[in-house]
Amino acid sequence: MKPGRIGLAAFVAFGLLSVPVQAETIQVIVDKLVFAPVDVNAKVGDTVEWVNKDAFAHTATATNGDWNVTLAPKQNGQLVLKKPGTTDYFCKFHPNMKGRVIVVP
Amino acid sequence: MIARLSAGLAARGLAARVLAAPGLAAPVLALCLLTAPVFAQGAKPGAKPTDPQIAHIAYTAGQLDIDAAKQALEKSKNKEVRDFAQDMVRDHTEVNKQALALVTKLNVKPEDNDTSRALTKQAAAKRDELSKLSGAAFDKAYVANEVAYHKTVNGALESTLIPSANNAELKGLLQTGLKIFQGHQQHAEHVAADVK
Repeated sequence: MKPGRIGLAAFVAFGLLSVPVQAETIQVIVDKLVFAPVDVNAKVGDTVEWVNKDAFAHTATATNGDWNVTLAPKQNGQLVLKKPGTTDYFCKFHPNMKGRVIVVP
Repeated sequence: MIARLSAGLAARGLAARVLAAPGLAAPVLALCLLTAPVFAQGAKPGAKPTDPQIAHIAYTAGQLDIDAAKQALEKSKNKEVRDFAQDMVRDHTEVNKQALALVTKLNVKPEDNDTSRALTKQAAAKRDELSKLSGAAFDKAYVANEVAYHKTVNGALESTLIPSANNAELKGLLQTGLKIFQGHQQHAEHVAADVK
């Protein structure tokens, strides 16, 4: 096989491999008692990572009780999204902090 | 801590110099617009608090809530109430730590004033009142006071302290403080509904 064909084959193979959508990590910045962005749009299998920039402890707590992520001061917390649906969440310590995770299959 | 702060910072000559500085607002607190009685004490129309006074009031308000939480941790056996009290100690300690760091950086000397004194006096009276209660009666009274106290402080922050603050960093810290205390008020309201 000529070098050019190897390149082409590799390109095609890479293209095929990358067709299935890979799981992503989506960051939510927690700064001065605000979740940003407020809405997270994700797919099943994606990970939400909250980056707590505050010197205060927070939580990301699903209002339906499905999950609860503790965010120590200046620490991150992660959640793998396992099922589709829209979940509102808040901080247990500061319930005026609110966000939403929208998961599609 | 407050006593130490006050003693250290309320040296009269220093306070007088701060107050005499050009561009600073009149020393008497303009708290007449506030509805909460404690913040109205000593108010004179047309005046507004200075940055040194605002810093003192904010710090005092935080320290008083820490003291109230410590009393709750001594007396209460209710997990939700104790968790709430621990949250108050943790958050207010952090806010005051940031406040102290900021006033040190800005070389602002927090200055005792009528509002700080009224807050302290009222908190002492409440502490005495709560010390006579126990069990569910204490829990209910403590949490009800937390709702009322945060409401009062938040009202003062919104209507007087934040608008009166001259220094942008002080204003910023007060704004963050307001969001935290509004969160505490909502949290306290949730706990209040549970300890009814």
